[in-house]
Amino acid sequence: MSIQAYNVYKTFGSYKALKGVNLDIPEGKLVSLLGPSGSGKTTLLRILAGLEFPDENKNTQIIFHGEDVTYIPAGKRRIGFVFQHYALFRNMTVAENIAFGLSCKPKRERPSSEEIRYKVNQLIELVQLEGLNNRYPSELSGGQQQRVALARALAVNPRVLLLDEPFGALDAKVRKELRRWLRKFQEDIKITTVFVTHDQEEALELADVVIILNKGEIVQIGSPQEVYDSPASPFVIEFLGNVNKLKGGLNNIPNVIRNTGILYVRPHDVDIQLQVESETDYVLPAIVRHIFSAGNYGRVALESLPQREPFEAEISRNRLRDLDLKPGLKVFVVFRHVRLFENDSVYREIKI
Amino acid sequence: MSNKRQRILPGFHLTLGICLTYLTLLVFIPLSTIFIRSSGLGWESFWRAITSPQVIASYKVTFGISFLASLTNAFFGFIAAWVLSRYRFPGHGFFDSIVDLPFALPTAVAGISLTALYSQNGWIGQFLYPLGIKSAYSLIGIYIALTFVGFPFVVRTLQPVIEGLDREIEEAGASLGASRWKVFWKIVFPSLLPALFTGYALAFARAIGEYGSVIFISGNMPMRTEITPLVIVKFLENYQYQQATAVACVMLVISFLILLIINALQHWSVLIGQAKN
Amino acid sequence: MEGNTRFRIFRPPKTNSATNEPIYIRFLLILIMFIFFILFLLMPLITVFYEAFKHGFSMYLNALKDPFACDAIILTLSIASISVPLNLIFGLATAWLITKFDFYGKSLLVTFLDLPFAVSPVIAGLLFVLLFSPTHGWFSDILRFFDIRLIFALPGMVIATTFVTLPFIARELIPAMQARGNQEEYAAITLGASGWKTFFNVTLPNVKGALFYGIVLCNARAMGEFGAVSVVSGNIKGKTSTIPLYIETLYMEYKTQAAFALSSLLTLLALFTLFIKKCIEFSYKKRI
Repeated sequence: MSIQAYNVYKTFGSYKALKGVNLDIPEGKLVSLLGPSGSGKTTLLRILAGLEFPDENKNTQIIFHGEDVTYIPAGKRRIGFVFQHYALFRNMTVAENIAFGLSCKPKRERPSSEEIRYKVNQLIELVQLEGLNNRYPSELSGGQQQRVALARALAVNPRVLLLDEPFGALDAKVRKELRRWLRKFQEDIKITTVFVTHDQEEALELADVVIILNKGEIVQIGSPQEVYDSPASPFVIEFLGNVNKLKGGLNNIPNVIRNTGILYVRPHDVDIQLQVESETDYVLPAIVRHIFSAGNYGRVALESLPQREPFEAEISRNRLRDLDLKPGLKVFVVFRHVRLFENDSVYREIKI
Repeated sequence: MSNKRQRILPGFHLTLGICLTYLTLLVFIPLSTIFIRSSGLGWESFWRAITSPQVIASYKVTFGISFLASLTNAFFGFIAAWVLSRYRFPGHGFFDSIVDLPFALPTAVAGISLTALYSQNGWIGQFLYPLGIKSAYSLIGIYIALTFVGFPFVVRTLQPVIEGLDREIEEAGASLGASRWKVFWKIVFPSLLPALFTGYALAFARAIGEYGSVIFISGNMPMRTEITPLVIVKFLENYQYQQATAVACVMLVISFLILLIINALQHWSVLIGQAKN
Repeated sequence: MEGNTRFRIFRPPKTNSATNEPIYIRFLLILIMFIFFILFLLMPLITVFYEAFKHGFSMYLNALKDPFACDAIILTLSIASISVPLNLIFGLATAWLITKFDFYGKSLLVTFLDLPFAVSPVIAGLLFVLLFSPTHGWFSDILRFFDIRLIFALPGMVIATTFVTLPFIARELIPAMQARGNQEEYAAITLGASGWKTFFNVTLPNVKGALFYGIVLCNARAMGEFGAVSVVSGNIKGKTSTIPLYIETLYMEYKTQAAFALSSLLTLLALFTLFIKKCIEFSYKKRI
């Protein structure tokens, strides 16, 4: 099912949580609402769910599959919502939690208790919690609770699955596992899924479409590759992964004449050379400060010359070994892919 | 703006309706009668009613003794709350439970029991009378009863705050070289102050209105050991409804004021709590 | 020097002196608390039972079998059986209202909730005398016309008792429901549950301890109410005399033992109330 939202505003007292959001989510996609805390992403998700209503505005519209649901309450939208802390019913077992939604249906539509039991067992199998039917939520691990919450949301055959920070409360290892599992799970059942996260790595790895929010506004929508490779603003580039910011030193770079604007370059786009190898490169002299050689790749902390601005380079461990760097050594760095932002939006991209 | 649309969970109008109807019938209308009745009295007769010598004497007894009793409760209540939330000792659970006894025990029962205990032949009174302390049928008796009824309030207001204190702050103080005594006075005590005042105010509010436990032990001597609620009852018994209403009006206003003060104190403690975060 | 170091290694201080008082201070504080508790709380409690059984068990039973005492017990039970359910409905509605919604004037409403508690019971009684007294009340004409007696009769006592015990159930439920948050209710709503279903299947089971304690406390206070009921009842022996009022009558007639025998019933009720509170706190701590 597709979702459209137009002109969504939301204020809490004097705080403007959403300032006119428009989005279009195509059917069957896994979509991530990504943003820092306070960006309005959870508010947007709750508005899509009907757990919050947008400010009254005649242009505001939320459309599920062509149907206007702007002021339809949550219970009638046929959505599955997974809460950040799962909100499992503490007084009910796993099976009772999952069956709850089915037992809420009006008498005519309610399946018989046999059917409910069958459906619950099916779902328990689907989320791989066999044998835990009669446990209480307090007797489950975080990851298990998460999957119960998912099964509970899916029991009512929702048209769309909404997840609020689905992995936020889990430890790093479980998070990775569950992330992969959710990806596969969504591919199997092909349900339109929207999840909120503040973790860019999670959004980029998991989603088909990433919607980036900042201060109550959508700043960019696109596939993970699009938003990563062509960030629309300094905010996006800074938010999506490590990036070096260089204010000075532009003069050293050919084709960049003016000394205004900020230069952004990702650490993995920085190469270190002991001598200038080619005249056309964007070369900057620098001094090595620290070398971090533990990890998948080598990280080198540098300082540009003569402005002495700190920045970082990420190079392969082999290359690091070959270079044999020492702190204090003077080197030349080459920027392979540089973005120059002026006044927050106008920018030039220089690629080698 | 339609409010109905804005509420996610159902039942707003139903519960608001029940709550307001109930409060209106049971609280607002009855309370307003007191004020309307007293305003019908005329200023002069109202003033005369609330300043007659018997009434003035009862104010002195009620407020004076309530002040002292609440002060006593603040002191011992603080110790009890501290001991109960910080230390573990045999019988801890029992002592913690028994704090609420004055809250759950009917006042009349408390009254006759305290009288039996502190009168001349009572278990405690027999030791106090030879020392010249007339612990029943006297102001001291009233003081004992009011201390009894107010005790849970200080303890129960302080206890959660003490338990919620961040031990790291105390450790930080100690790590900077402060003595335990200094840590207590400079760090712990100030953050407990709003709760202590709240507990004091609650105990005081309860004490000035208290009737059942006092009338048995006070001896009820006019001008000397008569509390204001008893004066109201006596007016009523003599069908002096106007005087009773006037004095009740004064007491009500004071109760409101204390309630407002308690509210303000709670805001203060919220502020302190936020500052800590 | 070396000996000193060794001493420190082998005998570390038993308590962390940074955040704990020296042992003698703790001992002193506990002692002060013990003495205060014994003088002010335990001794009155023991006195009730000592005086009740002073003249033997048969005298105790006699006191309870006294027809006036039986009347008082029945009257007290019937008052509580009306007041407590009324306050239960009010408490549930108010707790839902206050914990599930934000609205203008909410904090004012919470303050008003405390009013009956801040008002002297004597004044609470007076309020209803002023309204319903057949001679001086606002509605005296109507009441006389229809020959209805509210004051110095059961209805007045029920109303006064309800007023005095009004906040108790709500005041237990509100913090319990606040502590639980609203997430589970939201989850139930997204699954299509109705308001009633959410309330009975999700909200209530989570606060049943607090609810039960609220009812027990409200009941104990309703049965033990003295001041307000005394003012509205007229204290007619065998007719409008509740247990606490009859205790007063007996005491004034110097039937001390009988007064304490009757008191012991209410004291047991109070102890039961404290016991329930402890049980609920215990089960709550165990859950965490």
